[in-house]
Amino acid sequence: MTEEPTRTPDKVQHAARHSTDARPCCTRLVGLGVQLGTTTVLENVNLHIHCGEFTAIIGPNGAGKTTLLRALIGEVRHTGQLVFVPSTGTSEPRRPRVGYVPQRMEIDKTTPLTVLDLFAGVQTRRPVWLGHTRRMRDAAGMTLERVRGADLLDKRIGQLSCGQLQRVLLALALSPVPELLLLDEPLAGMDHRGTLLFYQIVSELRLEMDLSILLVSHDLAAAAGVADRLVFLNRTILADGLPTQVLQSPLVRDTFGLDLAGIPPMPTASLSSMPARCCVPEGKTQ
Amino acid sequence: MNLWHCLIDVLPFQWAHYAFMQNALLAILLVTPLFALLGCLVINNQMAFFSDAIGHASLTGIAIGVLLSLADPTWSMLGFALFLAVAISVLRRYSAASTDTLIGLVMAFAMALGVVLLSRGGGFAKYSRFLIGDILTITPREIVRLAVALVVVVVIWCWAFNRFLITFLNRSLARSRGVHVWAVETGFAAIVAAVVAISIPWVGLLVINSLLIIPAATARNVARTTAQYVILAVVFSCATGVLGLVGSFYWGTATGGTIVLAAMALYVVSLFFRR
Repeated sequence: MTEEPTRTPDKVQHAARHSTDARPCCTRLVGLGVQLGTTTVLENVNLHIHCGEFTAIIGPNGAGKTTLLRALIGEVRHTGQLVFVPSTGTSEPRRPRVGYVPQRMEIDKTTPLTVLDLFAGVQTRRPVWLGHTRRMRDAAGMTLERVRGADLLDKRIGQLSCGQLQRVLLALALSPVPELLLLDEPLAGMDHRGTLLFYQIVSELRLEMDLSILLVSHDLAAAAGVADRLVFLNRTILADGLPTQVLQSPLVRDTFGLDLAGIPPMPTASLSSMPARCCVPEGKTQ
Repeated sequence: MNLWHCLIDVLPFQWAHYAFMQNALLAILLVTPLFALLGCLVINNQMAFFSDAIGHASLTGIAIGVLLSLADPTWSMLGFALFLAVAISVLRRYSAASTDTLIGLVMAFAMALGVVLLSRGGGFAKYSRFLIGDILTITPREIVRLAVALVVVVVIWCWAFNRFLITFLNRSLARSRGVHVWAVETGFAAIVAAVVAISIPWVGLLVINSLLIIPAATARNVARTTAQYVILAVVFSCATGVLGLVGSFYWGTATGGTIVLAAMALYVVSLFFRR
């Protein structure tokens, strides 16, 4: 299997587009900190995420990666600023509209909730127990089409494979189009084929919608393989740059035991070397 | 009320000619959909233990009412149940202990307080009947209360059902969509607590918990979509409620227990029709 199927063309086109753009939009985290009880989980996190950029946050367990995401979606209180700066106009700084793809959801297999129910529940106020309008159905179907999941509309959430579920959640996070797309360990529990398909779709949509993506992962190889930029977080940002640069940082190599594992100081970038940990292989669940 | 009595009196059954059965039938037709609607989300949110705790703690609400010498302890029960719902919600937010543990703690405290308060006045036995409940003694005034509760719940289910659904599915996803997760969870707990408190003297704790859980669990076995889930739970709940009431009349058994057994029987049947 070849590695990084879509990454290189992505980056080229992306650079070309941005060279004509005087000031791309971006999301800024300025001096962001989170205090949980008496513990300082995050402090002085400064990050500029440009539109169209795919940034991966890596770090050891307990580094505050998930807390950072929870702060970005507003689930925990944070100090410092989180502002979205649009490319045109001089609108007031405000929080970015986020799209959030949660970590693998623990779903009771018997939950009577179809993909369409999920879409309607998230996107509308019309109570789901009254059924769905034709318009809702069509809109959800079109959104699912983008993630190659139009056939999943009437499936129950519990029936989906990990990969299918993550794609459905991705489609949900993309409507309305977010200013910052947050992916929380989307690989966890997904099989190899599901992972490749997921990232292929993410790459396509990134170009199409000029999405800013923030991926949180403890899987260094996967993160380095798909992202333009790696950010090493451990309570605050300790390294930030191209995957090649960050993977050379002694701190990162030490934390992830790269030298112990005999991995040379270059991007591993091999999706194919990732362990397949999926509960259900893609396409074998119906 | 008179219209209802005349309407039921026309039915060619022996039970339909007694006023207490006519009242009970109306009460059942109000209470069963009410609990089925609540039950669907109670199961989604894994809150079966919570409603049980609120039910047990209602004894303490009665005790407080007796101490304050209120004519009708319903109001003190309602107030105390709401207080517990909010207390559990606050503890969940600020404590590291699991929800089960917190509910257990609060229930233990509330029940002990109730037993102590009532035993001091020597009235424990007098009030413990509240926990068992007797639908056959319900009066039109209390039926009106249940009707109001049903209307309120249906209105809330039209207005906020999706937010409940998404919050109980995944809090973070709900939060990222701008849902005030804590308000939704506390609001839901308060609704369950209030409904349990006002219906417990007539419906009884056993029936409340059964009607919350069994019809929704039965519907879960056969429903594919959320709409089917909610509608079937309501239908199953009403059907087994009426069946249990009429059955208890002919067999001379306790109404509450008979309703629960009817609901359980339907649950067992539903196991064979699992999709």
